[in-house]
Amino acid sequence: MAEYIIKNGFVFDPVQGIKGEKSDVAIKDGKIVKDVSKSAKVIDAAGKTVMAGAVEIHAHIAGPKVNLGRIYRPEDKLFTCTPTKGIERTGSGNSIPSTFKTGYEYAKMGYTTCMEAAMPPMFSRHVHEEIRDTPIIDEGAFPVFGNNWFVMEYLKNNEVENTAAYIAWLLRATKGYAVKVVNPGGTEAWGWGLNCLSINDPVPYFDITPAEIVKGLIEANEYLGLPHSMHIHPNNLGNPGCYQTTLDTLNLAEGYKAKNKFGREQVMHITHMQFHSYGGENWGNFESKATEIMNYVNSHKNLTMDTGNVTLDETTTMTADGPFEHHLTGLNHLKWANCDVELETAAGVVPYIYSPDIKVCAIQWSIGLELALLAKDPMRCFITTDHPNAGPFTRYPRVFKWLMSKKARDERLNTFKNADKVIAASTLGSIDREITLYELAQMTRAGPAKSLGLANICGGLKPGMDADVAVYDFNPDKPLADPEMIETAFSRAAYVFKSGVQVVTHGDIVSIGNKRTLWVDVKVNDNPQVMRDIKEKFLKYYSMTQANYESLGHHFVPNPFALEVDATQV
Amino acid sequence: MAKITLNLISGRTISQGVAMEGGKEKDLYRKACGIIEMDDADFKKLGCWKNTNVRVTSPYGTVIVKAQETSQGPHPGVGFIPMGPWANLIVNPNTYSTGMPTFKGVPVEVEVAMDQPILLGVELVQKACRGES
Amino acid sequence: MTKSVTDVVCPFCGTLCDDLEVTVTDDGKQILDVYNACAIGAEKFLHSQAKDRITRPRLQQPDGTWKEISYDEAADYTAKMLAGAKKPLMYGWSSVNCEAQSVGNEIAEMCRACVDNTAAVCHGTTLIAVQDIGLPTCTLGEVKNRADTIIFWGCNPCHAHPRHMSRYSIFPRGFFTGKGHKSRKLVVVDPRVTDTAKMADIHLQVTQGQDYELLNAFRVAIRGEWLPDVVAGIPKEKIIEATNVMKAGRFGIIFFGMGVTQSLGKNHNIDEAIAVTKDLNEYTKFSIMPMRGHYNVTGSGEVLAWQFGYPYSVDLTRGFPRYNPGDTSSIDLLNRGEIDAAFVIGSDPGAHFPISAVKKISQVNSVCVDPHITPTSGVSKLHVPVAFNGVETGGNAYRMDNVPIDCRKVVDAPEGMLTDEQFLVMVRDRVKKLKGVA
Repeated sequence: MAEYIIKNGFVFDPVQGIKGEKSDVAIKDGKIVKDVSKSAKVIDAAGKTVMAGAVEIHAHIAGPKVNLGRIYRPEDKLFTCTPTKGIERTGSGNSIPSTFKTGYEYAKMGYTTCMEAAMPPMFSRHVHEEIRDTPIIDEGAFPVFGNNWFVMEYLKNNEVENTAAYIAWLLRATKGYAVKVVNPGGTEAWGWGLNCLSINDPVPYFDITPAEIVKGLIEANEYLGLPHSMHIHPNNLGNPGCYQTTLDTLNLAEGYKAKNKFGREQVMHITHMQFHSYGGENWGNFESKATEIMNYVNSHKNLTMDTGNVTLDETTTMTADGPFEHHLTGLNHLKWANCDVELETAAGVVPYIYSPDIKVCAIQWSIGLELALLAKDPMRCFITTDHPNAGPFTRYPRVFKWLMSKKARDERLNTFKNADKVIAASTLGSIDREITLYELAQMTRAGPAKSLGLANICGGLKPGMDADVAVYDFNPDKPLADPEMIETAFSRAAYVFKSGVQVVTHGDIVSIGNKRTLWVDVKVNDNPQVMRDIKEKFLKYYSMTQANYESLGHHFVPNPFALEVDATQV
Repeated sequence: MAKITLNLISGRTISQGVAMEGGKEKDLYRKACGIIEMDDADFKKLGCWKNTNVRVTSPYGTVIVKAQETSQGPHPGVGFIPMGPWANLIVNPNTYSTGMPTFKGVPVEVEVAMDQPILLGVELVQKACRGES
Repeated sequence: MTKSVTDVVCPFCGTLCDDLEVTVTDDGKQILDVYNACAIGAEKFLHSQAKDRITRPRLQQPDGTWKEISYDEAADYTAKMLAGAKKPLMYGWSSVNCEAQSVGNEIAEMCRACVDNTAAVCHGTTLIAVQDIGLPTCTLGEVKNRADTIIFWGCNPCHAHPRHMSRYSIFPRGFFTGKGHKSRKLVVVDPRVTDTAKMADIHLQVTQGQDYELLNAFRVAIRGEWLPDVVAGIPKEKIIEATNVMKAGRFGIIFFGMGVTQSLGKNHNIDEAIAVTKDLNEYTKFSIMPMRGHYNVTGSGEVLAWQFGYPYSVDLTRGFPRYNPGDTSSIDLLNRGEIDAAFVIGSDPGAHFPISAVKKISQVNSVCVDPHITPTSGVSKLHVPVAFNGVETGGNAYRMDNVPIDCRKVVDAPEGMLTDEQFLVMVRDRVKKLKGVA
């Protein structure tokens, strides 16, 4: 197969500890190799930054609520369409791009592996159809478990083994990747229009608390030894003072140790932490609690997190935290879509405009940056926008700019309409730290890959790993004349390789490669109790048959890549 | 002969669905859809027996269908023709910029047309497209 | 001896029942009987193997007779027509699977066509309303397990979605609804005393065409404000009774259909119905769901949306997607004479469009892909019969609540017949050559 040698670039690879040394990266047969033959195609990376392809740990890019967003927001397409061009299909959408555009835009920024953050299991066929229609990038999807009737009933009885058997069954039935938890218990309460705002609020009828759900799922996840940890969107998202609920949630992971064969060290990944770091009691005295949150995260090594940076754009919020979305439409009076999913979860969608003129939005922006800048271990704190909730993923280069240049972020901070109030509400103004390129590689490549259990496959440039490589027109050896150069360089990579195939050249798509769908195949011991419970619930409560629920034929997942887990010897 | 005015709506029926799947060129489809369901009170106004052929005319077209007693009444003043080519010869094609024609709520005139034939589905559309009445 | 194929998905309406059982002969070739389907679904399966079925493409001759041609020739004809047209319309898609819809989209993009589905004459106005105001909804299993208050507004499930009430909305004994239909209150709003209305606890026989006024009155009544004595033919006491039932429920849902999407007011009717639902969420849990017609019109909307950004009436004539119902919608395009080629698949506009639009189809070059003889095939230049989706080929479909269910293949299609997807692939590959695309 094709051989490439990427020569003379400044390499940043946390997996091998390479911190910007000039080094060659060799590609052969889809993998990084030590050397290649003389006939290898030479890619001139002189004066350029070379990293592994980036890993997106949490974005909403494929599935029913994403598409509901597309359907109900024709205005998101205005002035955003790209025509059919060469091998590129026509694209549309800004905060919710079409699947083709999603793949192209991620690839052009050098992202090569992306995780769909929340898959309602009943809709797995829809998620996989969209994943299949998203070119270039490898993807996986996280089924949601935190409001699942099976899970709540088993954990109420402390049946961790049964919970684990159910998780294994569901991951296989939906070709899912990890145990995702969204607003545990609260989204089931939303089935009656209610919510759980603290970790001790009992779920109506099921009479289990979010705390019990979270701990039970951590235990089940480690019982199985899955590649990724339990991945959680805590209760009480978005409300002033919610940081306390977040600390309570983080505290639930205390004492647990990661158990797996994939190099993962955390037992809990907290997502879009920005939305969970609010102090104050109301919008008037709304303030950042990023310091408190990061003090906890920094001192607890069995946690990873991603930021959820606000980008100050018009965007679309969408989440399985159904009650939150109803609350949000009450605040901004923009159109509200909701879908409750039987036995499993719910979803809500509401457009949102993060205006720099609004004090709260500007403080949210500050918090997202604070979190990353206060992180002591960049291998445990990753950069996201919870796309599209806090901003479109196409804004990542702008977020990088703010993190890497105090000048750029201070310029933004000091020109807010309510700058005084905004500056007073967080510590951002007093932080001098600028994220380095090496730390950026940790926070967007090696860190998320390791957290996902993919440390041996992607996120680095060690021989043997997949040849996912990004080369940027950014010279770290030259003093930075203008922080805008960061945003420009990371918006359009000079070259991107995915699994050894050159997919992007000078910001243009040149091949769509052969994307894979990553999923986790867990072997567990036979569990007749759980199988019977599943059969019974399908007969009595689901609105489709079990056989059709489990039907996920080849045409949905044409190129699967399974991570095998053997949990039979536990 | 008497003419009455009705408010016409169209929609699905089980017979229409079954007949449709059996083939729209067939007689069963004509029996299911080439009809207008009318309320007893409107039959009295029109002054004819049930199951008589009638001519239904709107500002947009005219069609011969069989007048039947409604099974989903009473609904005096409302006429129901199951969705299909007979109804679509006379519904309001205007969408008023919504993309959706006005299939429901068309003022029509109904008069007895005992000797006029009711065409089969495909034939009806072919003739109308050729401009034949 | 016979064999039984289970978990069969019915390819007729948006109820998308997936519990059908079809008995076939031992060699798997012939359908003998269908269990659990309604009369319409059963007819679809049983009639699919009728002896008089057309099994090869046929080209209409000037004298009105038909000449049989091969699938290759039919694909040539179709590709030439689409590639050479200035503004072709590719309409229908609602009775084909998502895989075929996707291939159709590729062709539409290359040919810069207008792509539209049967929402144009069904729930298109719902989509417009949803784009204005949003959509609080749920899956049908939530209705089964939680709903104690059901409203059917402007729809007649007894006739249009016959198993809806027994599978989801009225009769099932769900997790929180163990008493079945005794756990539920039913309100029906319809200008006729339909068979569905006959089952209602409250039937509001609204004056036809005044649903908007009545919905608006509901919003007033929910707030306990003053109402006139009669609105839309309904006395205010009955309006208040109905809204009190809705507010007192634990989980309510409004199912609605053509009575409100097709009558004057159209998208504004739906907008108001969604507003009623939103208002009710201040008091209790309420959702709303459109009763989608064809079994995969929802799927066509989903595929169009994730590939192009819009759920129907997509205009690709400038090389990128545009959307403006009333402008880019099929009926209007046809009425204004803007279409110079019509490709119809998985639907029957000949029977279900107003005749003025059908005339336009008959006047231009046209291809109709349909296993049946229909009024559309009757006025098209080329009729391409294909396998029945859901009977002779599987493929993904989306239920009215957007749940995706993969249809099953029960028997083979007649010898030598292609599926929609296979034929579309042939057309696509020819279009690629004609357009000089790699």
